[in-house]
Parts: sequence; C-alpha cells; structure tokens
Amino acid sequence: MSAQDHTPRNIPPIAELAIAPMILVIIGGIYMAAHIPGSISLTPAICLLVAAVLLVIVDIVLLVRLRPFAWNAFWRVAGWALLGYAVIAGMIGYAFIYDGTRGAPLGILIGMLSVFAIVVPLLLGFAVARYQPMTQGIAE
Amino acid sequence: MTSHSTTVSAYPEAHGGPPPVPAFQIVPTRGIPIVILAVAGLVIAIASNQLWALTFFHVVGGGLWTGVDLFVGLLLGPIIGRMSVPARIEFTTRFMPKMLLLMPTLVTMTLASGWQLARHVGNLSSSSPNHAWLVASFIIVGVMATIAIGILEPANLAVLFELKKPAPDGELIGRLMKRFIYTAGITGAMQVATLIIMTRVSTQ
Repeated sequence: MSAQDHTPRNIPPIAELAIAPMILVIIGGIYMAAHIPGSISLTPAICLLVAAVLLVIVDIVLLVRLRPFAWNAFWRVAGWALLGYAVIAGMIGYAFIYDGTRGAPLGILIGMLSVFAIVVPLLLGFAVARYQPMTQGIAE
Repeated sequence: MTSHSTTVSAYPEAHGGPPPVPAFQIVPTRGIPIVILAVAGLVIAIASNQLWALTFFHVVGGGLWTGVDLFVGLLLGPIIGRMSVPARIEFTTRFMPKMLLLMPTLVTMTLASGWQLARHVGNLSSSSPNHAWLVASFIIVGVMATIAIGILEPANLAVLFELKKPAPDGELIGRLMKRFIYTAGITGAMQVATLIIMTRVSTQ
C-alpha cells in the first residue's frame, strides 16, 4: 500500500459483490430477451432477480458499515451515475413498454433494470471513493 | 467539476520533479448537449419506429462503438503503454473525460435502436432464421457490458479522480490505466465476434 493509498486495510469485497448482481440481471435479461415476445417460464428470471436483490442488499449493508470512508466523493460520483444509468435503464424500459411487454414479464424486467440502475452507481462511487482521503471529498 | 493543475507524486525525482497534470474537467460539460441530442434522436427513432431511423442509430452507434473499442484496445493501448509518464498523463487527462461521455452514449444508442430494429424486422421471433444469431449477440454484449461497466469504467473514473488530487499517486494511476487498456483490448476482440454476427444477420 503506497503513501497515497487511502483504502481501508480490511475493506470488504464491495466491488466484487456489486459485479455479481449485475451479472445475474444481465443473464436474466438475456433469458427474457431471447424469449420475448413468445410465452416464457418466469421461474429462472424470478430466481435470478431475487438473488440479485439479496446481493445488492448485502452489498449496501457492507458499504454503509464502512467507517471511515470518503462519503462525499462516493455520493458525488454515485449521484451523477444514478442519473445517467436511470436514463439508460429508462430507455431500455421504454423500448419494452413500447413493444407491448406487459404484466409479470414487464415487472421482472423493470426489477432487473432497477437493480442495474442501482448497482452500477454504487460500484462507480465505491471505485472512486476507496482511493480518496477519508476526512474529505475529492480535491477541487 | 472544476479544473486545476497538479503534479504526480510517484514520478521519479531524477526527471526533475513530478510531472505537471494539466487542468481538466472529469465530465466535459461542453459535450453534454451532444449527448442530450443523441438520446432525444434515439427516443424519436424508437417512437416513430421508422426503419431508416432505427437502422441509422444502430449502424452509426454500433460502428463507432466497435471502431472505438478496436482502436483503443488494439492500437492506442500499446502506444500509450510505451509513452513517457508526462505524455501519458497529458493524454489521459484529455482522452479519458471524452470517453466518459462517448461510450455510454454509443452503447445506449446501439442497444436500444438494435432491439427495436430486431423487433421491427422480425428477428426477435423464435421462428426467424436470425434468432439464434441474435441470442448469441445478446450473450456477447452481456459479457462486454460486464467487463466495461464492472472493470473498465470504474478504472477510468478512479484515474480521473486520482489525477484531481493535489499529489496524485503515479503507481495507482499506472495500475488502473493498465487495467483500462487490457479490458479495452478484450472488449475490442469481442467486437470482432459482434461484427461477424451482425454482418451474418443483415445478409440472411
């Protein structure tokens, strides 16, 4: 660890745990997209979504317990990323709704897009904040 | 996000002190209107469901995405690796912020219009001869998205924020840049598979 590295010494695997739900919702999304507009068994997609949501919750719990941590830097990045990824998720959701996807498949797809829109800003915010000084935000 | 000049702390003293870091913006605000314009055009293309508009966004977005990935990963990456530290820093501060706006915009343009285009021409139907190819492209895009969002983009952002510090850590920047270039190379190579699939789909 260099003199400039402000990473806590026993940092939990927050980045790795953020990538896992992202992979799960991408697999779920591919499964759904490969079967739309035909009939489809929703069980695999529901299982993937539930597992992804649980992993996101665990990741958030691990993150909020981090002390000390550069929260200013985290929120600055995560906030803007949330805005950007909400637009991207919104665009994808809009395409599904426009194409007439309704009911449970739409609900699952929106759930997956929500996980995606939350987990990516979390990952980006953490990736920046872990290298920032604990007591202050990013350098201006 | 404000701009300022700074120096890299890990740069060897033998070079006459740490190299200067040019002033730069992490998010180049001048590019945001172009992004808004592209997204608005994409919404109109999907809403109008016109074959030409959807094809335009998919081909332009996909062509640029593929081209940039291949160019950065296979051509620019090895060149950056051989540059001097000051040149690499100057290049990074000018190049990375633009990538931060460009790549998510191109990816969104390509995927949203591509989905709608596939729907429009009937390739999403399981009876279509292109359906299996399309599913293969979903898988490739899924892997590329995981690499780009999970590894490449966090490394890009962390480098830019490190360079904003009064005394950036050169060793950390070098490590993260290496990660950025390697992953760009992997996604670049995967883009070749996408090219094969897309040319196959469009000619069947």
